[in-house]
Amino acid sequence: MKKRTFVRTLVGAAVLAAFSGVAYSQQTVKIGLLATLEGPFAAGGADGMRGAELAIKQKNGMAGGRKIELIKASSDAKPDVAVNATRKLVEQDKVDIMVGPLSGGEGIAVKEYSKTQPNITFINGSSGAQATTLVNPSPNFFRFNTEGAQWMVGLGKAALDKGYKRVMVIAEDYAFPYSQVQGFMAEYCRLGGKVPVKAWVPLGGKDYASVIARIPKDVDALVVVLGGADAVNFLNQYEAAGGDKPMVGGSITVSQDILNYKGKRRDSLVGTIAGSPIADAYDAPEFKAFVADYQKNYPVSAGGYPSPSLFALVYYINMKAALDGLDAVKGDLSGGQAKYREALQKMTLKTPVGDVRLDANRQAIGSTFVTEVVKDAQGNLFNKVLRRVDGIDQMLGMKKEEFQMGSRDVPSCP
Amino acid sequence: MSAAEWRNAMNAGVGRLAMGKPVKAPALQVKPHAFQSPIGLRHVVVLAFLLAFPLYATPFLTFQIGAQSLALGLVALSLTFLGGYGGMVSLAQMTVAGIAGYLVAILGASASADTSISLGWPWWLAVLAAVIVATACGAFIGWLAVRTEGIYMIMITLAVGVAFYYLCLQNYSVFNGFQGFQRVKAPTLLGLDWREPVLFYYLVLFWSLAGYLFVKYLIRAPFGVALQGIRDNPRRMNALGFHVTAHRVAAFAVAGLIAAVGGVLLVWYNGLITPNSVGTSWLINVLIIAVLGGLRHPIGPFIGAIVFVLLQTFAIDLIDRERFNLVIGAVFLAIVLFSPDGLLGLWAALKTKFSTPRGGLK
Repeated sequence: MKKRTFVRTLVGAAVLAAFSGVAYSQQTVKIGLLATLEGPFAAGGADGMRGAELAIKQKNGMAGGRKIELIKASSDAKPDVAVNATRKLVEQDKVDIMVGPLSGGEGIAVKEYSKTQPNITFINGSSGAQATTLVNPSPNFFRFNTEGAQWMVGLGKAALDKGYKRVMVIAEDYAFPYSQVQGFMAEYCRLGGKVPVKAWVPLGGKDYASVIARIPKDVDALVVVLGGADAVNFLNQYEAAGGDKPMVGGSITVSQDILNYKGKRRDSLVGTIAGSPIADAYDAPEFKAFVADYQKNYPVSAGGYPSPSLFALVYYINMKAALDGLDAVKGDLSGGQAKYREALQKMTLKTPVGDVRLDANRQAIGSTFVTEVVKDAQGNLFNKVLRRVDGIDQMLGMKKEEFQMGSRDVPSCP
Repeated sequence: MSAAEWRNAMNAGVGRLAMGKPVKAPALQVKPHAFQSPIGLRHVVVLAFLLAFPLYATPFLTFQIGAQSLALGLVALSLTFLGGYGGMVSLAQMTVAGIAGYLVAILGASASADTSISLGWPWWLAVLAAVIVATACGAFIGWLAVRTEGIYMIMITLAVGVAFYYLCLQNYSVFNGFQGFQRVKAPTLLGLDWREPVLFYYLVLFWSLAGYLFVKYLIRAPFGVALQGIRDNPRRMNALGFHVTAHRVAAFAVAGLIAAVGGVLLVWYNGLITPNSVGTSWLINVLIIAVLGGLRHPIGPFIGAIVFVLLQTFAIDLIDRERFNLVIGAVFLAIVLFSPDGLLGLWAALKTKFSTPRGGLK
C-alpha cells in the first residue's frame, strides 16, 4: 500500500508539475537558466549558476520594472540532453528568455533549436565553440561572451616574447580546444612561430605516455590546452618522464587546481603564460567589486570558490546582458520580442572585465587577458596580468576571406 | 502436450542453469496463431488513448514525452525480446540503434562543421541502408556473443558498445569525432513535415505498434517458441535437433532490426547524433528502461520508457535543482526493490492481492 501511495504521489506531482505552466501574471518575466549540474563540468556548471544568480540579485530580482522568475535546468554536457532540457524550459515552463548552455557542443545544438522558437530570445551561457555564431547563426541566439579563439589572442606574441620559437601543441580533441589552438596559432604563426607537432588527445584521457614520447627535442615549449583533471594527469606524467619544457596554457588549463599542484615541477609552473577572459589578479575596480560581491554572496563555507571561476564570470555577463536589455526596453517583450532583440543588438554591455558589443552575428566583441604564473611572498602561485587586449572580434582581426575556423588541421605552420 | 507439461519437462532437464534465483521469465507461449487471443477492452482503451493523446496534450508533451518514450521504448523492446524471450541480456542494443542513427546522418543529409562527410542520398535510401546495415551489425554482435552466457555475454556486448563509442569519438573521416552530426531532419513526405510534433508522434507510434505486434506475433510463432525453449534449456533443445547458436544469432538479428528502427526514429527525434548518443550511460539506460517496465511482456519497455522520460523531464521540478538525480535513482531503486519484475510485476502483484476483476489499465 505504502508503495502504491508513493508512486501515486509521485505521478500526481509529475502531472501537477506538467500543468502548472499555464497561468502567469503579465508582470513577471520568466528566464530559463541551463547549466551542467551533472557530468564532467558539474562543478563549473554550479559556479555558472552562481554567477547568473548574482546578476539577478544585484538588481534585487527586478528588471525593466518587472519581477524576474528564474527557472533552472540541468544537462550533463551532452547536446541531446541540453536540447531536451531547453525544450522543457521553453515549451513547458514557457520562459520568455533562455540563458545557457555551458559547453561548446551543447551551444551548437541549442542554437539549432533556437531557430524553431523564433519568439523566444536565447542568450548563451558559457559555451565557446566558434561555429555557434559563425556557421548558420540563428537570428535569436546572442552570445555576450567572447569564445575560445578570442580568449587566446595576445598569447602568440607573448610566447614569442618569451623566446619560444618552436612549440608543440597538446590539446583535447573537440571543438573548444580547436578554437583555443586556432586563436593561439593564428597570431603565433603570423609572427613567425613554428608548430611542428600537434597532439590531439581524447577528453578525459588518463594515459599521456605516447604523447610525451612524441615531444620533439627541438621545441622550446609545450602549448597545453587541457581541462582540470586532464591537465593534472599530464603534468604528473610529464614530470615522471623527466620532462622540463616550459608550458603555455589554454584558458581552462592554468586554473586554481593546477596552481595548487604539489609535484616537484611546481616551481617550473612559474612563468607559464596563458590566455583567459578572467584574471584573478586583475585590479580594475569593477572587477574587484564583482569578486567582492561574489565572495559575499557565495562564501567558501556555502560552496562558493575563493574567487569566481571563468564560468561564474561568463554566466554573470550573459545574464547581466539579458537584464540590461529588459531595462532598456522597460520590460516590453511584445511583438515577438523584436524591440528587446534590437536593444540587445545595439547595447554596449558594461562587464567586470570591460565593455562588450555585438557583431552582426550577435557575437561578442570584447577583451581578454594574457596572464603569467608568478609566486607571491608566501610561496603561493597565482596568475598575474601581463596584458589586456581589447576589441577582439570573432575574426581575430583577420579579413573574412582569410579567416578559417579552427579544426584539427587548421591553422598549420610546421 | 500442454504448455505446463512442456515447461515442466524443460525445467526437469539436466542442463538447467544454476544461477541463483532466476528472473521470472515470461511463460512459454505455444498458441499456434498470433492473433488468436481476443482483443480486450483494455487494448481498445490504450490504443484510443495513444491515438487521441496529441489532441489534448501540448506539443511539448506530445513530442518530448510521447514520441521520445515510444522511440526509446522501441529500442528497449529489442532488449526485452532478447532478454525476456531469449534469455540473453545485451548491452549493445543502443549501439545498434546508434549505428542506424549514424548511417542516416552519414548517408543522408546533415550539417556538421565538415559537411563533406554526409553523402546526401535520398532519405528513403539512407534509411533503408541504415536499417539493413544496423540489423547486420546486430546479428554480428550476436554471433560474437552467443557462445557465452549470463555475465560474460553482458561483458562482451558492453565491450562492443564501448568500442563503438570510442570509434565514433576518435574517428573523424567517417563519424566526425566529438562533434557528430547536427540537423539530421525527419523527411518531408506527401507535403507534410514529419518533424512536426504531432506528425512525428504518429510516425513513432506507428513503428512502436508495429514493433510491439511483431514481437507479439514472433513469440508465438515456431521460431519464438523454439527461442523460449532454448532460453529454458539449451541442451535439451540441442538434443531435440534445434540449432541453438543459429536461433540465438537470429534472435539478435531480429532485435537488431527493432533497435535499428528505433535508432532512426531517435536520431530524427534529437535532430543530431554524437558519440554521447551511444555512450555507456545510454547503453545502460536501455537496460534500466527494460527492467523498469518488466521483461515479462512486450508492453513492458514502453511503460518503462514513459516512467524513465517522465522522471528525466520532471524530477527537477519536484526537488532542489541540484539534487534531482536522487529522485530518479530512488524511484528506480524502489521499483526494482519492491518488484523484481518491474512495473508489470507490480501491477500483477496488485491485481492478485486485490483480485478485482476489472482490467482497464495496463
